[in-house]
Amino acid sequence: MSAIRLDNLDISYGDTTVVHGVSLDISEGESFALVGESGSGKSTILRAIAGLAPDWTGEISVLGKARSHGIDRDVARQVQMVFQDPYGSLHPRKTIDAALSEPLVINGIGNRDERVAAMLEAVGLDRRFRFRFPHQLSGGQRQRVAIARALMLEPKVLLLDEPTSALDVSVQAEILNLLKRLRREQGLTYLLVTHNLPVVSFLCDRLAVMRHGRVVEVADVGLLKRGELREPYSQELLAATEGRPAVSAPWAQ
Amino acid sequence: MVESTGTLLSVKNLRVSFPTHRGRVEVVKGISFDVGRERLGIVGESGSGKSMTGRAILKLIRKPGLVTADRMAFDGIDLTRQSEKQMRSVRGARISMVMQDPKYSLNPVMTVGEQIAEALVTHEKLPRREVNERILAMLDAVRIDDPKRVAGLYPHEVSGGMGQRVMIAMMLIPEPELLIADEPTSALDVSVQAQVLDIIDDLVTRKGMGLILISHDLNLVSRYCDRILVMNSGVVVEECAAGELENAQHPYTRGLLAAMPVIDEARDELPVLDRTQWAGT
Repeated sequence: MSAIRLDNLDISYGDTTVVHGVSLDISEGESFALVGESGSGKSTILRAIAGLAPDWTGEISVLGKARSHGIDRDVARQVQMVFQDPYGSLHPRKTIDAALSEPLVINGIGNRDERVAAMLEAVGLDRRFRFRFPHQLSGGQRQRVAIARALMLEPKVLLLDEPTSALDVSVQAEILNLLKRLRREQGLTYLLVTHNLPVVSFLCDRLAVMRHGRVVEVADVGLLKRGELREPYSQELLAATEGRPAVSAPWAQ
Repeated sequence: MVESTGTLLSVKNLRVSFPTHRGRVEVVKGISFDVGRERLGIVGESGSGKSMTGRAILKLIRKPGLVTADRMAFDGIDLTRQSEKQMRSVRGARISMVMQDPKYSLNPVMTVGEQIAEALVTHEKLPRREVNERILAMLDAVRIDDPKRVAGLYPHEVSGGMGQRVMIAMMLIPEPELLIADEPTSALDVSVQAQVLDIIDDLVTRKGMGLILISHDLNLVSRYCDRILVMNSGVVVEECAAGELENAQHPYTRGLLAAMPVIDEARDELPVLDRTQWAGT
């Protein structure tokens, strides 16, 4: 079964349409990446799936069921999001314990104490962090909390919006290892937005390259690793990552 | 490659500290280096002191921060003894700095042209017509297509990559001898990063300036610099030629290199830094 299916999806902010006719099929257990430069609409797709960008037409289905435009509690149980900036995405005046318990309270799930303790352990945070506030934690520790919060409802799908781009290289490695382990242990599906191609290579099975709100290419990660992406724009991204001069730079014509 | 001809900037035993309620904390712990007309990269993770080093050179660290150095000389001028007023003729005119984020570093209520003009006329009295010509020539040098139109725009009307090029234009128009670029591209897209760095590289090379490129990105620094200093918690742990980075000796540098995923990644798990290994250094 497909975990997320997008069919001819257009997404608008007010009068501006930012995503045009995107169709994607992500199977259960797959790790899929959306790559492209800023403004290409990749984060907007995540926001639409999560229900944060309600102005869309087309179809979004999650685990076989069509998603409504409003707040959809069934979707929230199945799909959770991790944001880019762990400094901005945690409530500064709530302890880690409160942040992790809140989704359980909202969804009326009991046994909270044990669930929080188990989740902290799963994301590799010592229990002494449980009653601290976000400002007492480092960036990497905060991102672990954000991942833990997303996993509290035992979702099937994680939407990851640049989960490591605000972190140092050595901390990025820890978070990437954590994401890889959690996916293996819990059979999660990932939809990852990033502009970092090596991260895709490490964490994902397939990728879609986006530009100006459209998908220009969908490819297996094997093609990325061998540098065999078909589209010229994909090759440009690859060249920029490796520091080769992009052939089609605007002034090179 | 820029040939190094003599030393532009010489720093010996530079220390930067800030007071906390548990006493003074040193964030830069006695580092020494020389820069000639070459490209020097300073790499390190957050909190390594790399940005503080850049700011200390320009004496941009305000009280209660404290900067001491046995020697901090730029072209024969003892920077440690310069008054605030004297520093103003050094900053911008002879040493200038490109900051990280054009969104916060450009003045939102001045047009791009006015801001670049300000950078120029602060240091040099010039007739209006010549100022305009220099601005347009400079915008052209940073590869902005329609300099006349862009000079009349406000910062919110230009993209991030263009904003950063405007900032580079502003920093280079007084023709400084040393440019400090502190994470000049980390707020930009990968595809634009290379363009901006190529522009910096081209201008620095052409004018025979010195460049200090401060970044957390080892690959980027090794690509655009001649020589690299690796910093960790306020000290320089490794110094090497950019081409020799792969043969780095220090466990911290080796750890950083290994922790980065690569495009043809085959490892199942990335090695994580064991921070106890070099605790003694």
